[in-house]
Amino acid sequence: MTENNKKTLFINDIEVEFDKEKSILEVAKKAGIEIPTFCYRPDLTQFGACRMCVVEIEKRGIQASCTMPPEAGLRVYTNTKKVRKIRKTILELLLAHHDRECTTCSKSGSCELQKYSFEYGITNIPFEKIKEEDFIPIDSSSYSIQRDMNKCILCGACVRACREFQGLSVLDFYNRGYRAKVQTMANKNMFDVDCVNCGQCASVCPTGALTVKSNIDMVYDLLLDREVKVAIQFAPSVRVALGEMFGLKAGENSIKKMYAAARKLGFDLVFDTNFSADLTIMEEANEFVQRVVKNENLPIFTSCCPAWVRYMELKHPDMLNHLSTAKSPQEMLSSTIKEFAPKFYEGVTKENLKVVSVMPCSAKKYEAKREELKGQTDVVLTTVEFAKMIQTEGIDFNNLKEEEANSPFGGYSGGATIFGASGGVAEAAVRTAYNMITGKNLENLDIQPLRGVDSSSRSKEAVVDIQGKKIKIRVVSTLIEAEKAIKEIKEGKADFQMLEVMACPGGCVNGAGQPISCKDARIKEDRMEGLYKEDKNLAVRNSHENPEIQKLYKEFLETPGSKLAHHLLHTTYSDKRKGSYLDLK
Amino acid sequence: MEKLSLNVDIKNEQKKAQELIQNQGLRVLVCAGTGCVANGSMQVIEKFKQLGVDVAILNEKDKMTAVPTGCHGFCEQGVLVTIPKLKVTYVKVKVSDVEEIFESHIKGGKPVERLLYVDPMTHNHVMDDEHINFYAKQTRTALKNCGNINAESIDEAIAARGYEALYMVLAENNPDKVIETIEKSGLRGRGGGGFPTGRKWRFTAANKGGKSYVVCNGDEGDPGAFMDRSVMEGDPHKLLEGIAIAAFAVGADEAYIYVRAEYPLAIKRLRKAIKDAEERNFLGNNIMGTNFNLTIHIREGAGAFVCGEETALIASIEGERGMPRPKPPFPANKGLFGRPTLINNVETLANVPVIILKGADWFSSMGTETSKGTKTFALTGEVNNTGLIEVPMGTTLRQIIFDIGGGMREGKKFKAVQIGGPSGGCLTEEHLDIPMDYDNLIKAGAMVGSGGLVVMSDKTCIVEVARFFMNFTTNESCGKCVPCREGTKNMLAILQKIVKGNGTMEDLDKLEELAEVVKAGSLCGLGKTAPNPVLSTLKYFRDEYIAHIQDKKCPAGVCKALKKIVIQEELCKGCTKCARNCPVGAIQGTVKNPHKIDQSKCIKCGACVSACPFKAIVSE
Repeated sequence: MTENNKKTLFINDIEVEFDKEKSILEVAKKAGIEIPTFCYRPDLTQFGACRMCVVEIEKRGIQASCTMPPEAGLRVYTNTKKVRKIRKTILELLLAHHDRECTTCSKSGSCELQKYSFEYGITNIPFEKIKEEDFIPIDSSSYSIQRDMNKCILCGACVRACREFQGLSVLDFYNRGYRAKVQTMANKNMFDVDCVNCGQCASVCPTGALTVKSNIDMVYDLLLDREVKVAIQFAPSVRVALGEMFGLKAGENSIKKMYAAARKLGFDLVFDTNFSADLTIMEEANEFVQRVVKNENLPIFTSCCPAWVRYMELKHPDMLNHLSTAKSPQEMLSSTIKEFAPKFYEGVTKENLKVVSVMPCSAKKYEAKREELKGQTDVVLTTVEFAKMIQTEGIDFNNLKEEEANSPFGGYSGGATIFGASGGVAEAAVRTAYNMITGKNLENLDIQPLRGVDSSSRSKEAVVDIQGKKIKIRVVSTLIEAEKAIKEIKEGKADFQMLEVMACPGGCVNGAGQPISCKDARIKEDRMEGLYKEDKNLAVRNSHENPEIQKLYKEFLETPGSKLAHHLLHTTYSDKRKGSYLDLK
Repeated sequence: MEKLSLNVDIKNEQKKAQELIQNQGLRVLVCAGTGCVANGSMQVIEKFKQLGVDVAILNEKDKMTAVPTGCHGFCEQGVLVTIPKLKVTYVKVKVSDVEEIFESHIKGGKPVERLLYVDPMTHNHVMDDEHINFYAKQTRTALKNCGNINAESIDEAIAARGYEALYMVLAENNPDKVIETIEKSGLRGRGGGGFPTGRKWRFTAANKGGKSYVVCNGDEGDPGAFMDRSVMEGDPHKLLEGIAIAAFAVGADEAYIYVRAEYPLAIKRLRKAIKDAEERNFLGNNIMGTNFNLTIHIREGAGAFVCGEETALIASIEGERGMPRPKPPFPANKGLFGRPTLINNVETLANVPVIILKGADWFSSMGTETSKGTKTFALTGEVNNTGLIEVPMGTTLRQIIFDIGGGMREGKKFKAVQIGGPSGGCLTEEHLDIPMDYDNLIKAGAMVGSGGLVVMSDKTCIVEVARFFMNFTTNESCGKCVPCREGTKNMLAILQKIVKGNGTMEDLDKLEELAEVVKAGSLCGLGKTAPNPVLSTLKYFRDEYIAHIQDKKCPAGVCKALKKIVIQEELCKGCTKCARNCPVGAIQGTVKNPHKIDQSKCIKCGACVSACPFKAIVSE
């Protein structure tokens, strides 16, 4: 120990201070040494399975640094002969049992197994290798997730994510020893199990075993079709994450470069999902106010997260009346532009307009395929897929000249931009609901208690006084937290009137379509800060003050909740329970 | 702490129980452990009971009682019948022998010689345990009552001072002193690790305050080891008492006994014992009138070896997949359901009551400097006497094999002994005289483990032994961590290659390197110890590996693939019998002319060897 009771330990003989770090691995990271690991994920429970992170500690021998808590005075070595031997052997053992067709793997380039194998100079696998005839067929049944178990290294990150974030345990370990596999119940394909398509399994997967399905080719088909006009829209959180693929810092807002890139890629119309996020707020806030007035179907549940909606349909079909009927921003924009864009843009007709959306999300791919929403959004890309298109076309993203979105359907308020972080929808809705009731804007638009995307902020609450009426808002991210809220409602203990749910921990900034961020819990916070920064800096921060929105109502929709608004902007839900395995009698 | 007066007078209870036993008259102790039950001991007991109805003919208080007891330990000689008052033990008793024992010995006073044990060295008939080396050389503490009391009767347990230690502890009302006694006794974990038990208790007790648990590890999984089963079957109350004392010491009010489902008899007897103890208020709420409460649950394990690892066991009790969790956190801080948990093995806990009764000094007077008390071993393999034994720590292998074990079977030559099951290692002749304790065995490359002892002769192939254990651990790996899951699989593949005669010298290096990685890199004890059989055999019997690789020969003549069966031409009379007996048609030849084996077809089944009337066919 040094002065001031600061605790220190030694990493490769360099003294490092530590404080709240839970493991040697985290302390090493602080000291600038990235210890390799497959199974360590800061947002999941420590697992200690892959053993890549072993280090040698004086008097303690070989220890897994991800599960070893720091202690003052420890002398840790991250690069001994023994450590290197173990890591290399682990890689060789994993590779022997791995489908090593890297060139055709969608994870190529961002695969951790590939990365470490390269870094450790694995050129030869001295063990008996898996034979092609033993490969397991790839499961492509889901709209969102592709499952290739020949790439699985059993790190258990997906198993933990599905269980610890969503409480679903769609994936779990089966069999033992070298026969162990990560599997679905009864080895059903992903389409036939209660998967909500959140994709968190894929976003924590270190290899190509679980990946978000790609629809890039469908977009190229549209772009290269001279008969169609292709519109594109970008979800709020995409703007603060896409830049990471081009070396920008997490949280840096590159939306105007994205507009420019889209035009370079050949998109005819460049819109922004933020516009329809404002629209969503108009409809949802109105719905909320109506429900409060009539005191029915409260608390209202937000409905922008398709994984959450699916969860409700699978697990709580008796409570679908709580869900806001407002479509998600993606779907609102698609149906709005398909209806009204022909009136504003030359050469665009209802028939020839196709809509591509860029989402931080894998569940949006599923949402677009929902029976109730068919034919509105034509193709859904993830942030990563869109970045890949930019790379494919050799566009120098960082040096692009910033451009604006097309107007109408491209302008937005700060309330829309914060949709991308858990709590943002509720905050924006409250801003507008307050105005709808009182005719005035909230004095302080920042509802701080609803902000935060770190693991301690997965359930937040705020109370807002609207004309003497106290409105309590609960904001949760992850379905495990949502389930707790539902339980409270079922038990009659809930005292909140609005429930915002995002299935991904921290909300869309941490969606499965975003660049990989599972190894660094800080990234999603940086992205969130980028969103709140934009909100703060925008001239218009209230959805109801977005001039394009005002114009849309004035010219076409009349009022929120009008007959036309209902027809275009609202949807329905239904009981989508499948024959549960336990129900099969 | 203030001493408490309890609402039970344990001495009086003992007296009453002893009177009950007195009233049984002549006690005929019939082993009702799993092995003997399989051999028909329940029928033997039934028969004794039938005969005992005719009480008038008995001179021994005019009464005879057949008592089903726990395991006597000498399983290979089962069914065992001991009549203490007649100073006799009968072995390999069948139902049909009962009448003769009754008529000749019990009534007539003449022992039935043909049912007595024959000493393998002297070939003399031996009457009683004191003269059967197998028993005479043992020191039974944990197993003391096994075989001497009715395992299903709480009265018999009480008569043998059962629950007296708990009574003392509760009356004293000083948990800290209990821990001190256990610390002072030097008791170490009998499940294999050898961690000082008292220290474990202290760590757990340090987290007192909220909910704490005691977990008893009865998931005995080492092939051939059955000491825990014997305690649970033979003296369940001792285990319950040990758990209760531990719970009192660490401040727990709930305990779990995790028993493999493959031990139905142990489960049945434990369940009955818990019920009986609760009825007597030795368990349950306000035990013996104090405010100490303890509920004991039984959890049946589904047979995964890895669930013997404490964190995997805890996961299994919680209803999770039986997979080990990283330590730290240690169970003492964060164990079952996230609460402080003391987890001890059956044998460890069974030693607790006697330590309390007789004192730490008494216990620590047995054993070596670092390992105190006694240890049970499951003795099997090529020795004359196999079974369950208990000896003071520090006993040498020579004493166990040649005194208790009665020497090598059929005069074979001693080659090695595998200690500690799949986690242990092989020791050789040079280790016969080292005092066996935790530290000496580790130094020699083996471990006490749960106490399996497999004695091997020169007819045992050491590479095959390594392959056998590696196959076991490969299949029992839970699959969580890479070194164990993939490493054991690949080690097994190399060993299989070697026993098939396809190994190379590079394979040997690879095997050794892999063994080191698995040992150092694995998450839990299973993986960390899985390479021990390989490493220790490589250390002491490297030549034998090399013989398989370079000479393509199995020196012990065990490995089938390296065996060659040949017909010695000069001895062959051409009778054709071998050819007719060969199941694959590998033998050719004409009548009255020497035959030949086509080696490419031969499956080495040995049918020809036994068929040949002239001993002309040998395997080389």
